Amino acid sequence: MAVAMPKLDDAVLARRAEIVAALRRIVPGEGVIASEEAMRPYESDGLTAYRALPMVVVLPETTEQVSAVLAYCHRDGIKVVPRGAGTSLSGGALPLGDGVLLGMAKFKRIRATDFENRVAVVEPGVTNLAVSQAVDRAGFYYAPDPSSQIACTIGGNVAENSGGVHCLKYGVTTNNVLGCELVLMSGEILRLGGSHLDAAGYDLLGVITGSEGLLGVITEVTVRLLKKPECARAALIGFAASEDAGECVARIIGSGIIPGGMEMMDRPAIQAAEEFVHAGYPLDVEALLIVELDGPRAEVDYLLDRVQEVARACGALTCRVSNSEDERLLFWAGRKAAFPAVGRISPDYYCMDGTIPRAQLPLVLRRMQEMSAKYGLRVANVFHAGDGNLHPLILYDANKPGELERAEEFGADILRLCVEVGGVLTGEHGVGVEKRDLMPAMFSETDLNQQQRLKCAFDESGLLNPGKVFPTLHRCAELGRMHVHAGQLAFPDLPRF
Amino acid sequence: MAENLKPRDAAEVEQAVKWAIAGGKTLEIVGRGSKRLIGRAAQWDMTLDISGLSGVTLYEPAELVLSAKAGTPLSEIEALLTANGQQLAFEPMDYGPLLGGAAGSATIGGVLSSNLSGPRRIKAGAARDHFLGVTAVSGRGEIFKSGGRVVKNVTGYDLCKLLAGSWGTLAAMTDVTVKTLPRAETERTVLVLGLGEAAAGKLMTAVMGSFADASAAAHLSSPLAERLAETATAGAAVTALRLEGVAPSVAHRQAVLEELARSYGRLSTLAEASSRTLWRAIRDATPFAAAGPTGARDVWRISTAPARGFEIGRALVEQAEAEVLYDWAGGLIWAALPPSDDAKSGLVRSIVAGAGGHATLIRAPAAVRATVDVFEPETPALAALTKRVRESFDPRGVLNPGRMWAGV
Repeated sequence: MAVAMPKLDDAVLARRAEIVAALRRIVPGEGVIASEEAMRPYESDGLTAYRALPMVVVLPETTEQVSAVLAYCHRDGIKVVPRGAGTSLSGGALPLGDGVLLGMAKFKRIRATDFENRVAVVEPGVTNLAVSQAVDRAGFYYAPDPSSQIACTIGGNVAENSGGVHCLKYGVTTNNVLGCELVLMSGEILRLGGSHLDAAGYDLLGVITGSEGLLGVITEVTVRLLKKPECARAALIGFAASEDAGECVARIIGSGIIPGGMEMMDRPAIQAAEEFVHAGYPLDVEALLIVELDGPRAEVDYLLDRVQEVARACGALTCRVSNSEDERLLFWAGRKAAFPAVGRISPDYYCMDGTIPRAQLPLVLRRMQEMSAKYGLRVANVFHAGDGNLHPLILYDANKPGELERAEEFGADILRLCVEVGGVLTGEHGVGVEKRDLMPAMFSETDLNQQQRLKCAFDESGLLNPGKVFPTLHRCAELGRMHVHAGQLAFPDLPRF
Repeated sequence: MAENLKPRDAAEVEQAVKWAIAGGKTLEIVGRGSKRLIGRAAQWDMTLDISGLSGVTLYEPAELVLSAKAGTPLSEIEALLTANGQQLAFEPMDYGPLLGGAAGSATIGGVLSSNLSGPRRIKAGAARDHFLGVTAVSGRGEIFKSGGRVVKNVTGYDLCKLLAGSWGTLAAMTDVTVKTLPRAETERTVLVLGLGEAAAGKLMTAVMGSFADASAAAHLSSPLAERLAETATAGAAVTALRLEGVAPSVAHRQAVLEELARSYGRLSTLAEASSRTLWRAIRDATPFAAAGPTGARDVWRISTAPARGFEIGRALVEQAEAEVLYDWAGGLIWAALPPSDDAKSGLVRSIVAGAGGHATLIRAPAAVRATVDVFEPETPALAALTKRVRESFDPRGVLNPGRMWAGV
């Protein structure tokens, strides 16, 4: 493992039996898992290159139990790592050897669906897809749709501020949650927001969303429901060059159209996907766009005509429009299977998640090809084209000595490049442990210290999910200190009235 | 009159805050002052005037982003966006007319600091949802940044959300980046006339759950409708439903909407130009404008679950002699109450608490705003967290202390 985790606390480890017993008093029955064999499934999340056995796994069932576990750990100085379904691609739920892994899987009730107010109140262990399924009968759905939506949970979605292929039009998690119940590391239970828009006071929900389990443990979420669009149709458009595809995306948006989804794949990704699912993708193109319009039929048909005009003007080689729901789903099948498809042509792959200003795409793809040659590793690209979120898949073989390390270095170079061209390290997968040490490429020490001070406001003891997001851990007391240079600051020029 | 510091760039803002910290002074952060009368009436030693930090620094329509210095006039940004067929989709309201100031004097920093939105909030979100990146000077006198210039980003805590709606109590923003979106090609508003509040509520709920895809839904009682040119001739209460998009879509959805609404009441339609004018007036709570017949009343802004809005509104009318304007399909209530020593704060808050939501006292004399809570009071645990969050940015309480809550 390339990333150093916080030093194990021997004093805590020496008390393991006593800690397990105390936790069993809080969560009786099967809710505390302490045998190595039974803890094994929890040793990693979706970032499987990183593994660690937790000290103990706890699976609470009530908010009161979560509160009691956290209060106990807070009092006794024990670290806690929260976990949803464990689908994080950045190691956000990577256990700590001296920490409690707090699994929220038993919180899987949908507490209320309220169609009049277009909200659902759900427990954090409910899967993303289950929310949409529960409200489908009334013609509603929950918009953010990360590709892991069958498995990933709402609690994890809030922690990671998950996106999906439809977020350019419908927003990411933070734009679609209205309230939550949150337990702080101290055990205090707070309610933020509700069924109304805009929480009162500071937007704490907004900062908890995407905080990667470092600020609190979510025990209930109120999500917005949207009316399902009347229909959706997709166009499959092939180009001879990624520049043309990029130009097409810019002109679609420039002409005032915000598609429900707009995805791009490069040649290696197209080839792998087509071989895998036979979606009918053209194999003689360098870039393929899927542009999906949704809404009333009259609108979708009208806008699709305009999209096709734009595509032709941008030199599209091929353009097909779905004429049935089956055909639309087939267009998507290749894209949605892109990761496993790449998994078929390489023993392992490493999925990156930078976002770039879209105009920089040709440059970034070119530089990535140069890096690919330098590291001797192939790369395939899928791209949420509308919002500039790039998922390069680096192909490697973990059984070949040094390849994982080379893949990680390659990945880090790509992310630094994203930042260099005006983008960011992660668009939707989170920082976790994976990108933790790259944070200084994007943020100054002052920026990171301010973020950590906010962490201190929620978790002064620093016990909740330490070792994630921040490359350097500081004590809150040290961060809080302020050096005031007494007296006059020299700014004679500052206008005063 | 407090002394006024007028920095010209971020470095000077940093210097000014450092100077205030060293001298134990408090600062009132001001853009162009359009929302200066909102918040608790507190006293600050000096004014930090950000309006000198002005100008759009980056605008790439195809990337849907715009960066500007925090003191840039909103009107300048909106003119630039309009010229490029784009807009700030959250439709920020203009507080000028309601508070008795000039219209069109907001700055982008002020819009974000107060997390403004408008009728399209129900479809497109508030300022917070479009706030992509920020550079600011904390109450520690340090320049920090958060977010970026791309629309999809989860790198580090989303401090933009926290700064949105913090009313300058955490940091003085110097540079901001927002998401821009295409302007709808056309719009039209369907008016349903003569509905009582309960029927209007039922209709708006039905519309929001239909394929009509309305981008705004408001209800004005007859006296309020009379105060707006577009609805004055109706001679009845008006329920207004806005459709935006490309022409074929708007036409189709108008048919859907009219089919649904026909059984409720008489229908009429506003074409594009008058539709725009009407929604600007609703956005700015114009029926309660300072220059209007109820200009002396205290004004509350209440956010609640939309289906509960009419219950709150009815209680305010019956128990507090309020005039009530409903936006956000019932989820936003503007209530104008006859002047009183405490803006009937206890009554308003207990009515809102019964239905869920929060209330902000937007307009009241300074003496009232000095004695009653302007923002929703918090539970002790939440108030303690709020205070810790505030102190993590501004441990000495230099920036706008007391504007949101006493002692914070």
